[in-house]
Amino acid sequence: MRRLAVVLLVVLAAHPALAQGFLTPEGPVAAAQREHLIRVTMVTMIAVLPVLIGVPLILWRYRRGGRGAYRPGFDFSAPLEIAMWGVPAAIIVLLGTWLWQSTEALDPYEPLGTDPLQVQVIGLNWKWLFLYPDQGIASIGTLAIPAGRPVRLQLTTDTVMQSFMVPALAGQIYAMPGMVSDLNLMASRVGTLTGANTQFNGTGFAGQQVDVQVMTPDDWTAWVQGGTTAPSLDAARYARLGVAGTTAQALQALSLPDSRMHLTAPGLFASVVARYHDGAPLADRDQPGAPGFQPESTP
Amino acid sequence: MSGLFGHLDWTVTPFAAAIADPGTNTFVAAGAAGLVVLGAVALLGFLTWFRLWGPLWRDWLTSADHKKIGVMYCVIGIVMLARGVAEGAVMRAHQAMALNGGPLSAEHFAELFSTHGTIMILFVAAPLVIGLINIVVPLQIGARDMAFPVMNQVSLGLTAAGAALLMISLVIGRFETGGWSAYPPYTGRVFSPGEGPDYWIWSVVPAGIGSMLSGINFAVTIYKCRAPGMTYMRMPLFTWTALCAAIMLVYAMPPVTVSSLMLALDRYAGFHFFTNDLGGNMMNYANIFWMFGHPEVYILVLPAYGVWSEVSATFSAKTLYGYPSLVIATMAIAVIAFTVWLHHFFTMGQSASVNIAFGIATMIIAVPTGVKVYDWMATLWRGRIRMTVPMVYLTGFFILFVIGGLTGVILANPTIDYQVHNTLFLVAHFHNVLIPGVLFAMLAGIHYWFPKVFGFRLHETWGKRAAWLWIVGFCVTFLPLYALGLMGMPRRSSSFADPAFVPLQLVAGAGAVIILLALAATLVCYGVSIRQRGTLAVPFGDPWDGRTLEWAMPAPAPEWNFAVIPAVAARDAFWAEKTGGDPYVAPERYEDIELPRPTALGLVICVATTAAGFALTWHIWWLALSGLVGIGLAVMVRAFATQTTRVLPAAEVAVHHGRWLEAVHTARGITRDAEDSPANRGLAAPDTEVTP
Repeated sequence: MRRLAVVLLVVLAAHPALAQGFLTPEGPVAAAQREHLIRVTMVTMIAVLPVLIGVPLILWRYRRGGRGAYRPGFDFSAPLEIAMWGVPAAIIVLLGTWLWQSTEALDPYEPLGTDPLQVQVIGLNWKWLFLYPDQGIASIGTLAIPAGRPVRLQLTTDTVMQSFMVPALAGQIYAMPGMVSDLNLMASRVGTLTGANTQFNGTGFAGQQVDVQVMTPDDWTAWVQGGTTAPSLDAARYARLGVAGTTAQALQALSLPDSRMHLTAPGLFASVVARYHDGAPLADRDQPGAPGFQPESTP
Repeated sequence: MSGLFGHLDWTVTPFAAAIADPGTNTFVAAGAAGLVVLGAVALLGFLTWFRLWGPLWRDWLTSADHKKIGVMYCVIGIVMLARGVAEGAVMRAHQAMALNGGPLSAEHFAELFSTHGTIMILFVAAPLVIGLINIVVPLQIGARDMAFPVMNQVSLGLTAAGAALLMISLVIGRFETGGWSAYPPYTGRVFSPGEGPDYWIWSVVPAGIGSMLSGINFAVTIYKCRAPGMTYMRMPLFTWTALCAAIMLVYAMPPVTVSSLMLALDRYAGFHFFTNDLGGNMMNYANIFWMFGHPEVYILVLPAYGVWSEVSATFSAKTLYGYPSLVIATMAIAVIAFTVWLHHFFTMGQSASVNIAFGIATMIIAVPTGVKVYDWMATLWRGRIRMTVPMVYLTGFFILFVIGGLTGVILANPTIDYQVHNTLFLVAHFHNVLIPGVLFAMLAGIHYWFPKVFGFRLHETWGKRAAWLWIVGFCVTFLPLYALGLMGMPRRSSSFADPAFVPLQLVAGAGAVIILLALAATLVCYGVSIRQRGTLAVPFGDPWDGRTLEWAMPAPAPEWNFAVIPAVAARDAFWAEKTGGDPYVAPERYEDIELPRPTALGLVICVATTAAGFALTWHIWWLALSGLVGIGLAVMVRAFATQTTRVLPAAEVAVHHGRWLEAVHTARGITRDAEDSPANRGLAAPDTEVTP
């Protein structure tokens, strides 16, 4: 643990870029998670430290040829048994209580306030598509949110399973085809953060990152306004996004100047989820992200 | 032609790729394939040159002796360990250079982490654990062999078939890229149409069935074949942990076999268990897989705890502290291990209540685990500790395993798991429990019981070098990954864009070099020991002043283990005899001993299974059918065999045993000061140093 602590300190001191992790949180959820990590670590050390300190001492004192007492028949001590079982059990009772409370409190499905910004997230190979149904815009690979306002993400994928995480804001949640999961988060300050897919989904996996732009409410409104005049996300353009490739390749293929598009079909997210529930087999050429996918064949 | 060879042709070998597209990436793949081919050719040449085919066939491949089967399991484990470590080192080297790229292609990197995980869990850790149980348990409980010696051979054959298919995948075609857990729908037919996931399926399925059969075998052996007087609460702790692991093998292996076969049905027969459409759901796969996957890590680590129990008592010359506590803790872990699988996917979107239940269940396992660690400390306390090779490993285990325990408790919190799941923090954690926990214990156990099987000790100095290199190499490689995970670096990344990851990646890369040296030192230790087997010989069989029954017989242990089945009167049976009287007394009379006849059944099943797996992978239907029919036929033919045992006459046993007893009585025992010297012939003298 000491070694780990040293490594951590070196990293913390030397690398401001650590801002991307939850140890330097940019929102209340990540801050609470860091808090929880620290107190769990501290309490668990009560059980760990006796081993780290005791083992070297015992090995030295009771070495062969040493002067420590020798009791070859020593195999039971009631007080020791009580301590061995009791102390870890007490620690687990405490940690279990905290676990219960924090898991309830930080349930990703729980909104962080009234009137959260609604964003729908569709995982594609190997990019994220963000839909703002209330604002009527979409964004590829960039998630822009206003600082200080709760955000409610609803996630699905139109390919294999993925996992969405912006570590400086909140933890991750899986996005799965035909299903919707929720993630609530909030950013405290303006800034640029990185998010990622953490669930391996093919050769482009490592590059499937998200540019998270936390803006002032005014800047964000302006950003949204700009999106309504962008090219619209119609069925053909959405189908093109289903071809496996990076965010940059997708923007180029659709000849977009930036990440934004105009969202004309508010039911797009629902239709992506419903694609897998219509009771009919899905041909390989109709499965976005698959090697056999043919966007032009999609109705 | 396509009917004859299925999807096979020359272009599927990495050699073809290296010629078509020369570069680091393809050369690494072709080099690895070349090593496999060269290794196989060298092995064949070696066996032919030294005329070893006959002995190999008679003494090993057809043997039903539990010790030989155990050794063959360990050999598979060590060979696969060499490959797994090499793959790990290649991945660390790649990631150290992976800022915006890296020398290997993303697909190649994905194959590496998939084979590495599959190999290390199923074909390194599991064979070493099962091998050690095979060698030790019958000796510890006073049995002549496993309850089902031939089924034992079949288990080995099935495991070997899985390992063989993994080696073949290096030369012919490509392996799966979705990790060792092979989550669909990514590994389904639609997203991975090639042979990769099929290689994975047909490696895992036979190994899973083989391990389940091993579990049945171990459990029945321990229930039914104990020597008179060997009550449950007198069984050595290693046997207890083997019993718990055996019960878990029986219940935990079928899920992975089933989930893999369901995936196979999806892929081959158009089923929809885990597909995106028509009601398929990968959440079912995740649940079934981890119903196996989590108990599996306890199957591996419980026997490791057993090794620590034996080693700590023997090398501190003291009785084990807290035997009942250790038994209760072992049983508790075995049961609770089945109630925690969901912590592998806290992030799948289920309700907080579900996560709370599984999170707390996970934390509860820390209590019996902690008790065990304290019990071993109390065993060393007021002992006379000798820092032998197994004790060096135990020291590394103590210090490093509690760090793994700490991070395990951290990960049990869904709140934190949301942040570090799927990151390098998780990678660091499970390596932290599996390397110091399982691998160190297996290397220590091999060092400890090696003389019993082969009749000579392993070289202490080289053993210690290897042990320290493993410990240091582990620290340098994996502790930085904790920090990288906290910084948010996802696992399985073939490249990254944040330069902040580079320094720690370089440290981890350097650590991988140390681990390579550790592996080399381990192999050198075995080589040097074989060369010096004369001076390291311990024919009297008790090189460590042991406490349990296995040390009460010659080394190497005879095929029949015990000349007469011992009557057990105490927990540390051999120690009690040594302190209470003369353990080396000739029995009043010897009896005929019934031993299993050699059989080729296991080998036939191994070959047929490998052929069937390979054929299914490449859609060579005639061969697949032949393989499966071959397995059925072999079992049927065996069922008609009437002469399955042979009898060793009592007179022969008497001669062998008498000669050994005579030699023991004319020899002089050594104190523990001479433990690592040629004077140690395996006879322990009462230790003058012991009384204060």
